[in-house]
Amino acid sequence: MSVKIGVPSKGRLMEKTFDWFAARGIAMKRTGAEREYSGAVEGIEGVDLVLLSASEIPRELAAGRIHLGVTGTDLVHEKLGNGKDLVDDLAPMGFGHADLIIAVPDCWVDVETLDDLDAAAAAFRADHGFRLRIATKYHRLVRDYLRAHGVADYQLVDSQGATEGTIRNGTAEAVADITSTGETLRANHLKILDGEPILRSQATLFASRVAPCDAAEAAALAALKARLA
Amino acid sequence: MSIVTPAARAEGQRLFGAFQTWGAVPVEAAVLQPAETLLDLYGEDIRARAYVTQDPVQGEMMLRPDFTVPVVQAHMAVGAEPARYCYLGEVFRKQEDGGARASEYLQVGYEVFDRDQPLRADAEVFALFSRMLAGKGLRAATGDIGILIAAVKGLPTSDTRKAALMRHLWRPQRFRALLERFAGRAPLPKGRAELLARLAGGDPVASEAPQIGLRTRAEIEARMAKLAEDAATAPIPGDVVDALEALIQLSEKSRKALEDMRKIASVLPWIAPSLDLFEERLAVLAAHGVDVASLDFEASYGRTTLEYYDGFVFGFYAEARPDLPPVATGGRYDALTAVLGADQNGGRSIPAVGGVIRPALVVELEGRT
Repeated sequence: MSVKIGVPSKGRLMEKTFDWFAARGIAMKRTGAEREYSGAVEGIEGVDLVLLSASEIPRELAAGRIHLGVTGTDLVHEKLGNGKDLVDDLAPMGFGHADLIIAVPDCWVDVETLDDLDAAAAAFRADHGFRLRIATKYHRLVRDYLRAHGVADYQLVDSQGATEGTIRNGTAEAVADITSTGETLRANHLKILDGEPILRSQATLFASRVAPCDAAEAAALAALKARLA
Repeated sequence: MSIVTPAARAEGQRLFGAFQTWGAVPVEAAVLQPAETLLDLYGEDIRARAYVTQDPVQGEMMLRPDFTVPVVQAHMAVGAEPARYCYLGEVFRKQEDGGARASEYLQVGYEVFDRDQPLRADAEVFALFSRMLAGKGLRAATGDIGILIAAVKGLPTSDTRKAALMRHLWRPQRFRALLERFAGRAPLPKGRAELLARLAGGDPVASEAPQIGLRTRAEIEARMAKLAEDAATAPIPGDVVDALEALIQLSEKSRKALEDMRKIASVLPWIAPSLDLFEERLAVLAAHGVDVASLDFEASYGRTTLEYYDGFVFGFYAEARPDLPPVATGGRYDALTAVLGADQNGGRSIPAVGGVIRPALVVELEGRT
C-alpha cells in the first residue's frame, strides 16, 4: 500500500501546499474533472494524495486513516487537545499564519486586557442575569485559555462563521476567532484584547503516530521525510 | 474509557449498605441532568469536565458529573431536617489525559443536612469516612475554606475589592494577582493608568465607535466610575497581605496549624472567630475518635476543585500511589444550597456536608480487580 497524505482540498491553502512540496521536488496536482476531488503525486514513489477539508485532517490523522496531513496548528490543538500521542509536528510550512484572539467592541473603552474582560463579565452577569457570551468555534482552546487565566462568568456560544457579526446581532458580547490582518475585526468595530494571542497558528505538516505502516509504506515515508530535511 | 468491574460494584454496595446502616436514606438521581443548572453553578469550566448531550425536548443535558446537585434538589423538594442521604452510582467525567484516568466510575456518597449542629455534622462525616477507609494506607488531608472566606471578608479595604477577591477565591493564581495589585505591589493592567488619568481630568472617555452589543454605555460608565473609585482606594497594608499569603500557604499538622494561625490572627484579628470554630471542630473530631494530632491541615485545600465548598473540606489519598486520584473527597457546601434553593426557599441556605468514595480505587488498592 501507499503512504496517504491529506492536503486541504481547495483554495489558497491547497495551492500553497502544492508550492511548498514542489519546492522540495514533490509535484502534487489535482486530477480528473474540475470539481472532482482526486489528486496525484509525482517525483516520489508510493505516496497517495488525499484531498480533504482542512478541518477534517486532524481527525483523519488521529484515526490513523492518513499518514501525513497538512492543516493549521489551530485545528489540531482544538480537535486533538495537545494531541502529543496522536500526531507529530513535522514541519511548520511558513504560510496560513493566523492568531486566535479575543476581541470586544471598540466602544468598550474600559476594556483593554483579559483582566478587564473578567471584571466586565462579573458586572455583566450581575446586570443581565446571564453570563457574558463569547462567540467562537474554538471551544476547547478558548475555554482552556480562559480557565488557565482565571476568567469567570463567561459562556461560550457556538459560531461556525461570520463570528464578527454576532455582537451586532445581539447573540454575543465578545468573540474569539482566528485573524491574520485584523481587517474583518476592524470593519465590524471590534478590537483585539492586549497581550499574546491564545494561539499563533500556521499551516503545518503533521504525521500520524497511530497510522499502521507496512514495510513499503515505512520506506516511502522515510524517503519523503528525507526530502523535507 | 473504563468499565465498572464486578469487584468495584460489590465494594460500592458494601459501602452503600454501611451508610444505610449508619442511618442514611438511599436516594436515586437521574443520569441525565439539565445542563443549565450545572452551567449556572459551575460556569463554562464544567463543559471541560462533563459530557454534554442534546435532548430534543429537554434541551442540553449533562451526564451526571456528581450527585451533589441532584441530592440537594431532592432534599429541598421533600426533605425535613436533619436528614442523612446516601447514594451509589456512576458519574461521568471527561479526562484530558488520553484515557489514563477513568471517565466513568462509581461513586458512593453520604450527605448530611443539619442546621443545628454543623461542627458535629462535619465531624460525623469525616469520622465515618475515616472508619470506613481505615487500614488502607490512606492519608487524610483537611482544610477549612471558612477561614479563608473570613480572612478576605475582614480585610481593611473596599467592598468592591473584597467582592473581587471572593469571586476568585477558587482561582488561586488570579486571587494572588489581585491581592498583589490591591496591595499596590503589582503594576496596573495595560492601559489602566491612561484611562484613570483621563477620568481624573474629567474626560468622559467617549468612543467614536458605534455602540454595538448588549453591554450599554451606561454599564461602561459604571465600570469606569468603579475603576476611578478603586484608584482612590488606599492599598491594603503590606503586613496584612503578607499574613494572608502566609495563611493561604499554611500546611501543617492540625494542632500546629492552629497555633500558627493564631499567630497570623495577630495581624488578621478578624479571623479569630473562624479559628475558634476550627479549634472547636478539632475537639469534636477528637471526640469522634479522630487522631487530630496527626491530622494534616492545608489552608488552601479544596480551592482548586469546582467552586462550591465553603467550610470544612477533606480528602483521602493513597500514599503509596501518588498516581491515583483521591480515594474519597468531601466537605461543607452551605452556599451551594442557597444558590440552588433560590427558587424554592428564597435563597435560604441549608447547612450541608458530605463526601464521596470511589469504590474502584478501594478495590485497586487492595489488589483486587
